[in-house]
Amino acid sequence: MSATEIASTAPNKQGYRSFGLGAFHFSRDEYFVHIDWPTGKHVLSADVFLRALQRDVAWDFFYGTVNFDAVFGTVNHYGTVDMFAGRFNEAYRKAELDHTENFDTTDIRETFKAMLEDWTNQGFDPFASPEETDKPFGVKDGSNTAAITRRRVAAQRMVGVPGDEQIRTDATHPINRMFADVAQDEPELYPEPGFEDEVCAYSLFAYLSRSDVTWNPSVVSVCKASLYCPTTEEYILPIFHGNDRVEWFVQLSDEITWEVQDRDTGSPRAKVTMRAGDVAAMPGDIRHQGYSPKRSMLLVWENASPELPELIRTGQASVYPVDF
Amino acid sequence: MPSTSYTTEFGSLNAFAKGGIEIIDDNPKNYAFSNIFEVAGSSRPWEKVAVGKNMEYVLEVIRAEGTSEWRTCAHDEFPLVMDGEVTIELVRLERPAVPADKAGSVRLAGEPVGARMGRMVLRRGHQALLPAHTAYRITATAPSVVLLQTIFGDDTVERWADICLS
Repeated sequence: MSATEIASTAPNKQGYRSFGLGAFHFSRDEYFVHIDWPTGKHVLSADVFLRALQRDVAWDFFYGTVNFDAVFGTVNHYGTVDMFAGRFNEAYRKAELDHTENFDTTDIRETFKAMLEDWTNQGFDPFASPEETDKPFGVKDGSNTAAITRRRVAAQRMVGVPGDEQIRTDATHPINRMFADVAQDEPELYPEPGFEDEVCAYSLFAYLSRSDVTWNPSVVSVCKASLYCPTTEEYILPIFHGNDRVEWFVQLSDEITWEVQDRDTGSPRAKVTMRAGDVAAMPGDIRHQGYSPKRSMLLVWENASPELPELIRTGQASVYPVDF
Repeated sequence: MPSTSYTTEFGSLNAFAKGGIEIIDDNPKNYAFSNIFEVAGSSRPWEKVAVGKNMEYVLEVIRAEGTSEWRTCAHDEFPLVMDGEVTIELVRLERPAVPADKAGSVRLAGEPVGARMGRMVLRRGHQALLPAHTAYRITATAPSVVLLQTIFGDDTVERWADICLS
């Protein structure tokens, strides 16, 4: 049980509680989420807000910035979190409508979790593609706790190693409709007696074909701070991810187009189209959002070294991947 | 009539469709954009070509063809087969051949000394564990492609200008 006190009101006419954290105030109605802060206010579709909120909660604020849209979001300082409005929007800053507050991670996490729980109706799964879930709209209608509190998969060494995360089967993870043609054969293992636990391999592609979520990286192999975080993508990444370090993508199947903008201003910088076998870095000074017309397999490769943001801030590490 | 059946597109050495970058206000070099199959297509067998690099960590593309040398590493490595089929043999070395802080794999001179741990046959999409301080050798009867999660080592090849969009 968290000791954090969550500031909320009784349900409104539509059945939803309102929440407050610092000087920010959040409320929702049938279609929209409304955010107020001392110098301004903002409205987002409940669909957009809940999908972004789900990722922010599940990833524990991720690496760097999670932009819900061009105005609202969070910046992770790994122990504390900034919640902001207009901070990475040049026009808001110029008009002095922007506002940022820093919170202990526990406090913002618990408030966001409570908001996600109260505002997610039964039948709506914020992790699912739009084709695979009900709509998030309407008056309060139950809840979907199981969908929004999925355990985040994070292998300690590699999926399939004894004692670590295990492969997925029909019993818990049926093959996704868009990956019905993905081969399900597993590697052939021929361990000598006594080495059964050390000769380990599994089918990553079969594993991913059974993913029940979209835009939700999970760790499958770990080489010190080098993490393979593959994910399956369909429709639109619900956030603009602002990098605080270089991040790499390996497109394992199909195609994704990335809209790349300047991290601090939102000014467009590039469109990156990745097809199967393509490798590309996302620099440490951009924000990006992906579009995947068919469910695809993306390998997100992260360097989880905690000192990286400081190395970049002090110029000891570059925001660009390689120099050539 | 619209179709609701789907075809998952994977690339291969012989068939891939590389994407690209539409620059608006940036330099394409900032994205270090390459293609695994294109790199493997222009690599010598068993050459370890970096296609991703983040501080000391790398992703290496290996064109697997024939039989590799025996190699060992002080840390775990993880090969992912992107095309073809490979067999990996593992040997538990009697004594580690590299110091614990050595980054990346090194070639072993001659046959490894130690207990045979077994072998694995991997095809497209399969990922394996190469445990620290084991010796491993890879065989591919036809040209195959492996993406290796590892750390920059003595034999990592960097040729970014050749492989990346600019």
